[in-house]
Amino acid sequence: MKNYKDGGPLALKVAESLQKSIPPHRKNLIFFLHEVQKELGYFPAEVVLQAAHYFSVSPAEIFGILTFYSAFRLNQSCIHHIKVCQGTACHVRGSEAIMKEFSRLLGLKPGEVDSQKGVCLEAVNCLGCCAIGPVVVVDGKYYAQVNLKEVEKIIASFSARENSHGTAEI
Amino acid sequence: MEPLKFNLLKDLKTAGKGSQNGSGPRIISLSAASCGQASGALEVASAFESAIKELGLEDKVEFKLTGCHGFCQLEPDIIIFPEKYFYPRVKVEDAKRILLESGLNGRFIPELGFKDEGTPNGVSRLEELPFYQNQLRWLIDQQLDLDPLSLEDYLKHGGFQALEAVLSELTPPEVIGEIVASGLRGRGGAGFSTGLKWKLAREVVAQPKYLVCNGDEGDPGAYMDRGILESNPYSVLEGMLIGGYAVGATRGFIYVRQEYPLAIERLDKTISSLYQAGLLGEKILGSDFSFELELVRGAGAFVSGEETALIASIEGRRANPRQRPPFPVVSGLWGKPTVINNVETWANIPLIVKNGAAWFSKTGTDKSKGTKIFSLVGQVKYSGLIEVPLGISLNEIIYKIGGGARSGKKIKAVQIGGPSGGCLPAELFNLRVDYESLPAAGAIMGSGGLIALDEDTCLVNLALYFLKFACDESCGQCVPCRIGTQQMVSILEKITKGQGELADLDLLEKIGSTMQQASLCGLGRTAPNPVLTALRYFHHEFEEHIVEKKCRALVCSDLISYVIDEDKCSGCLLCLNSCPYGAIEIASSGLPQIKLSSCEACGLCSSVCPEEFQAVKKISGKDRQQVQLRPDGMS
Repeated sequence: MKNYKDGGPLALKVAESLQKSIPPHRKNLIFFLHEVQKELGYFPAEVVLQAAHYFSVSPAEIFGILTFYSAFRLNQSCIHHIKVCQGTACHVRGSEAIMKEFSRLLGLKPGEVDSQKGVCLEAVNCLGCCAIGPVVVVDGKYYAQVNLKEVEKIIASFSARENSHGTAEI
Repeated sequence: MEPLKFNLLKDLKTAGKGSQNGSGPRIISLSAASCGQASGALEVASAFESAIKELGLEDKVEFKLTGCHGFCQLEPDIIIFPEKYFYPRVKVEDAKRILLESGLNGRFIPELGFKDEGTPNGVSRLEELPFYQNQLRWLIDQQLDLDPLSLEDYLKHGGFQALEAVLSELTPPEVIGEIVASGLRGRGGAGFSTGLKWKLAREVVAQPKYLVCNGDEGDPGAYMDRGILESNPYSVLEGMLIGGYAVGATRGFIYVRQEYPLAIERLDKTISSLYQAGLLGEKILGSDFSFELELVRGAGAFVSGEETALIASIEGRRANPRQRPPFPVVSGLWGKPTVINNVETWANIPLIVKNGAAWFSKTGTDKSKGTKIFSLVGQVKYSGLIEVPLGISLNEIIYKIGGGARSGKKIKAVQIGGPSGGCLPAELFNLRVDYESLPAAGAIMGSGGLIALDEDTCLVNLALYFLKFACDESCGQCVPCRIGTQQMVSILEKITKGQGELADLDLLEKIGSTMQQASLCGLGRTAPNPVLTALRYFHHEFEEHIVEKKCRALVCSDLISYVIDEDKCSGCLLCLNSCPYGAIEIASSGLPQIKLSSCEACGLCSSVCPEEFQAVKKISGKDRQQVQLRPDGMS
C-alpha cells in the first residue's frame, strides 16, 4: 500500500478515479467507501468532503457512516494488522488472555495503532472459525488454536515477515 | 474452459442427466473453506496437484477443492469417494501416499486415519466417525464432493432441477403452497413461516418487489451460513431464483458480512457465472421470468443482521433499525415489499421443491420441520458444523455428536442462540431443540450457535462478555438498549471484581426486563437473555462472586491468584524467566514462589509450566484469602 499519510492531492486523485466506475447513487455509497478504504487504508478529511459532494449528502452523513461501521478507519493506515478474535468460542478458550498478552508485548490497547511501527491491534467479532479457536489473524494469515506462549512468536514472525513462508492467505 | 451457457429450460434438464453414476475415477475431496484454508488446506492442495501432474494421474483420479466437510476441528481433511475414506489433519508430506494408495488403488491407510480413545482401533470411513453419526445431513452432504465454484458440478449434483421444474410446471401460488405445506420456518432464528412470508409479500400490490438473503451472520460462535456460502453458493442462488418467481420479485440482494472474505469472493464468482449461463437477467431461459441479483458487502456492524437495519444498510445508510410494523414484506427496501430470508432458509428451498413438502415435513416435530445446521463449538471433544433433525435433544448433540467434554472435564451448560440466547444447564439437556421448547426455557433457537461450556467457564464472566458485546453493538437510538446494556456491563464488572452486592442481582433482573419490553429492535429486546438465563440457572455462581469473592471456574482475574504447588514443581524456573512482572522469586526451599502483590494474573507462568508438572495452579475464595493473609504474601 502506498503512503497516503498526509491525505492531500494524491489521496483525492485515488478517490476521484474510483468515482469513475461507481455512479453517485446512494445505494453505492457504502461500496464506494469500501473501495476507498481498500485503496487508501483510511479516510483523510479531504476525501470525506469530496465523497459528500459526489453523493450529494452532507459530510456529517458520511462521517456518521464511517464511524458507525467497523470496516472504516479515520486515522492512518497500518502496515501490520493484528486481529484477535473475540467470538464466544474463542472467548471460552481464553482469547481474553491472548489479547492481554498482545497488549502487553506491543504496548497497545485493543483498537490502538503504533504509528511508529505501523502496527494496529484490533479485537474483532467472530471470524467464524470457531472450531479452531482461539484464532488470531495477522495481515491475512490465520493462526489457529493459539496459546499464550505463541503470542511472542507470532509477533516475531510478522516483524520478520519478509522472510516468512506464510500459509493460508485469505 | 468455455463458460456454460443455456438458452432454453430443457437444456438445464439435459445438463443434469447422465452424471453421478459413480463410474468415474475416484474423487479426492479436500476441505478448503475458511477454516480449512486457515489450517493449511492450500499447501496440501498444491502438494496433491503437483504429485498428480508429476505421476501423470490426471485421468486416473479427480482431485477437488471443496467447501466445508463439517468436522472443522480436524481440518484440512480429505474424503475419498466412493468409499468415503476419511483422513483428518492431512499434511503436505502425506499427499503422495494418500494419492497413490487410496486415490488410485482404493486402499485405506490406517495410520493416517481417525483414531481416539473412543475408537482405539481407528475408523476408516466417514460414517463410522462418532461425530458424523446421529446427524441428518441434507445440506452438508451435498457439499462433501462439490466444487463450490463449478456450475457444471452443481448441475451434476442435481442442481437447478428444482428451478427447471418450478419455471416449467408450477405457478407461483403453487410454489408458495408447497413451501407453506413443508412447514419450513426461518433459519435465522425468529422461526417465522417462510411460505407465509412469501404469500404475504406476493399479496401486496406494490411493485417492484425485492428479495434479500441475510448473510450478516453476526452471532459470535456461529458460522453455519459461512459454511453454506463458501461450500454450496449455488444452492442459495437457486433458492432465491425460485423465491423470486414465487413472490413476483425482480431483484434480489445477498448481504454478506465483511468478516467473510472467502464467502464474498465465491458468491461474486458464482453470481457472474449465472449471468453468463443465462440463469440470471432478462427472461431467464426463454421464460417470462426476469431476475437480477446483486452482492452487497457488509461493513462490520452486528445490528445489520436485524432486518430493518439490514434494509438501511443495503440502501447505503447507517444500519439503524426502525420500528415494526410495517414489516418488510409490506414496506422494505425503498419502501417496497421485501422478503428477507436467512442463508440456510434459501438453501433449503431447492430441496423442498425437488423432494416435495411431504418429504420435508416428515422430519422434525409438530411445529418445527426439517433439519437445522448448528455450529457445535466450545469445550466439547468434537467440534464443527453439524446438521440434525429438529426435535433432537441437547443430550444427543452434546454427548453423541460432540463426544461430551474434553478430557477430564464435565459439561455444565450450553450457550445457545448467541448474544440473544441463553445458557442452559446440564439438567435441561433432555430439552428438544425446536422453536417452541427452547424459548420456554429462556433461550432461543437462534441462528444455530451452540457453545458447550465446561467447569472452566465462569457464567458471570460469560454474561459480562455477551453484554459487553451488545453494548458495543447497540446502535444507540433507543434508551433501554443504549443505557441498559451500559448499566448491566458496569454491574457485572463490579461483580466479577468482587465488589458486587446481592441487591445488584435484583437490579440486573429489573433492567433486563425493562430492556426486553421497551427496546426498539430485537437486539435490545434479547440482549439481556444471556444474563437473565445465567441468573435463573446459575444464581449460585453470582452469589459466590459477591459473598465469598470466589470464582469457581477460576476465570475472573480479580478473584483468583496463581500459586506454585511445591510438591509438583521441578524447579526448572521456566515460570520465573517468563514472568513479565518480576512476581516470581526463589523461596528458601530453592523453588520458585509467586509474590501475590506483584502478580497481574496474566497466566504466562501457567502456560509455560511443562505439561508433565502442571505445578502452577489457580486458587480463589477461601484458599486465596488464606494465602493473602500470610505475612510474606508468598504463595
